[in-house]
Amino acid sequence: MNAPCTVRLPIFEGPLDLLLHLIKKNEVQITDIPIASITDQYLAMLEELPELNLDGAGEYLVMAATLMYIKSRMLLPSPGEDPEVEEDPRAELVQQLVEYQRFREVAVALGERNVLSRDVFAGPGEPMVPGADHETPVRDASLADLLDALRDVLERIRPPRAHDIQREGLSIRACVARILAGFVLGPRRDFASLFGPDADRAEVIVIFLALLELIRLRVVRARQAERFGAITLELAVGTVEEATERVRDLGQTEQWRGGEGQDGDSGARDR
Amino acid sequence: METAELVIGSKDENGNGNGAHAAPDGGGAVTPADDLGRLPALVESLLFAAGRSVPLSQLIEALDGPSRAEVLGALEHLARTYEREGRGLRIVQVAGGWQLRTPAEHGPWVRRLLRERPPRLSRPTLETLAIVAYRQPCTRLEIEAVRGVDAEAVLTTLIERRLVRIVGRKEAPGRPLLYATTREFLEVFGLPDLNALPPLRDLGDGAALLAATEVKVAPEGVEVTLESPPPSGV
Repeated sequence: MNAPCTVRLPIFEGPLDLLLHLIKKNEVQITDIPIASITDQYLAMLEELPELNLDGAGEYLVMAATLMYIKSRMLLPSPGEDPEVEEDPRAELVQQLVEYQRFREVAVALGERNVLSRDVFAGPGEPMVPGADHETPVRDASLADLLDALRDVLERIRPPRAHDIQREGLSIRACVARILAGFVLGPRRDFASLFGPDADRAEVIVIFLALLELIRLRVVRARQAERFGAITLELAVGTVEEATERVRDLGQTEQWRGGEGQDGDSGARDR
Repeated sequence: METAELVIGSKDENGNGNGAHAAPDGGGAVTPADDLGRLPALVESLLFAAGRSVPLSQLIEALDGPSRAEVLGALEHLARTYEREGRGLRIVQVAGGWQLRTPAEHGPWVRRLLRERPPRLSRPTLETLAIVAYRQPCTRLEIEAVRGVDAEAVLTTLIERRLVRIVGRKEAPGRPLLYATTREFLEVFGLPDLNALPPLRDLGDGAALLAATEVKVAPEGVEVTLESPPPSGV
């Protein structure tokens, strides 16, 4: 069963990609696929693809089944007496191929654009102080916005040093107090200012959780001037004292307090 | 005498200052380049210092004085000058603002200097990105329906590269996550906004296309035997 010649197969991005390849190779129109011939070639290709990875295999096999189904429908005489009325069994597949083809074209067009850091370059510029007075926060930042901002912070974290000194355990409660203390200087502060330059990953995440807690308790609001803009935090209550009171009142019964109390010996408590 | 206040135009020539100013609301009315004074150079400084793309509104605010039309005029003047003199920078409109960038033809040298590995944009990446860009907000299932393959891994990569973000959940069974492109997407591909995406070719729907071509139903089964590839046993 030696193949007469070995062909190096291009890498296919899925069954539709493989089908479009066959259509091009056979120089036929997407809209007029010789389904039987293409099906045979498709199956032949599948056998030749030496190691279909298991994840992808299913998708190729579903397409094989679809092709064989269409082929069978086209071979069988139509049950209806008027073949004109009957829908072409290929229609759905054609629609799918056409759609995929359209996006493939724009994908190529995108790839050919002047891509930043590949074809064109911009200077790093001076970091602009986020939340400076020209940006008046107008909308509440969503969880997605906050997560985006968190990602920014996490990306800036330096890789851990080889000899890391054991950090002090940091609790959400301590971070809540720390965030609120920051508002003593003014009713507003930048999201980024929550995280010190030396904060490690764990610290950043605990601080972030503390912030989420404060937002949930409606003590702090996260506002944003525009989508992707800098996030500004503001006190939703009058003063820091009031905020601290409120956190104490509301927090009394809340999970993060109760939770900490339960596993009191774990590292997540104040020291 | 010299303060941070910016005077546009030469009052001497016109007798009064008003003549040099463009109509405040006339979008097309651009102040003649001669009358812009040092505004283009100032705008250049702002764009250089910012590095990233700066919205027109922020430029106007920072300049504090010149009208919108004047600032636009300065930007266009600067862009034309760069182009005409074949300078090493270009002014591009990107992600809702203006930015200084190197021209594409200088890419190889800049890359060599920075020793930067250019971002890899594979076909699955670009195709998935294209679908999200045109269909946003869209679900993973909608992406998979177009490409015919699983989209999870590619989406994860795109989110890590900040080209795509989760914007919410669709109010549909299972409340699937909705994906959309980011500001970084516009920046990376040098797009002023989403409307600047290359148009999707209108190929109509499959059924209409089939109807438009000759539909050969019956004889196909016969044709196959002749067209089929050589049997593997040969």
